[in-house]
Amino acid sequence: MSTRAVETWTLDPLKGFVNEVSARLVLLMTPAGQVIAQHGFSRAMDVMSAAALGAAIMASTAEIAKQLNQPPFGALTHQGERHGIFLGAVGTNRGSIVVLVVYDLDASSAGLVQLFFEQLATELQAASPKDSIPKQVLAADFERELSESLNTLFGR
Amino acid sequence: MTAAAPFERALDLVVRVRGVRGAMLVSPADGLVVAEHLMEGIKGPAVAALAGSLANRLGRAMEASGIGRSVFWHLQGTDGALLVVPAPSGILVVAVTDPDVNVGLVRLELLGAAGVVG
Repeated sequence: MSTRAVETWTLDPLKGFVNEVSARLVLLMTPAGQVIAQHGFSRAMDVMSAAALGAAIMASTAEIAKQLNQPPFGALTHQGERHGIFLGAVGTNRGSIVVLVVYDLDASSAGLVQLFFEQLATELQAASPKDSIPKQVLAADFERELSESLNTLFGR
Repeated sequence: MTAAAPFERALDLVVRVRGVRGAMLVSPADGLVVAEHLMEGIKGPAVAALAGSLANRLGRAMEASGIGRSVFWHLQGTDGALLVVPAPSGILVVAVTDPDVNVGLVRLELLGAAGVVG
């Protein structure tokens, strides 16, 4: 399974996390759904769909929390018959990163994912560059940026 | 009385044994804590994740080898031990202990707690 990153400082923490929890798929993205790194995806279409859905879920739960006058929810877990999904946010020097994890119940569990997610959060925070601001993707550059990101994420 | 009160009483009996640092109920399907009674410094979520993960793998291995379902496991480490009894419902009753604890006594209390949990 391949692990690739647009933001290379995320690569080592991500690889460590994947090994610890035996994750099937992992996606690191901005709250807007811009992909930063991925593990396990084989098709660009899948990764873009997952990023859009993950970002939308985070935005929805944040809005629910806002309406309840609560701080944003820390994480969301959804367990199915054979797979589980975990969605959480990590604060870094480059802003918030949304983490989407899909794991097999045969190989991992919500407890393991939550446990090592804390470690991932610490490592991403420590690895994130302090002296630079995140690059903004302008609408005019969006297609080119997207194309470049996909090329990096899938080794084209 | 809350629904959790019988669970708390069951765990309380386990932690009264000398050398027991904590007791908890863990959901084996997701490795999450259901109830806990732990001394300070014991990482409940880590113990629960370990116990849940082991229960799943051990269960499959035992089934494959024809031994049947597990009734008690004892994981001895250099600095402590993990003792586990699965309740009839599947919930794991877990004790974290000193390395030199009276294992037989803890096992009895764990079996009693598993009976309460059901």
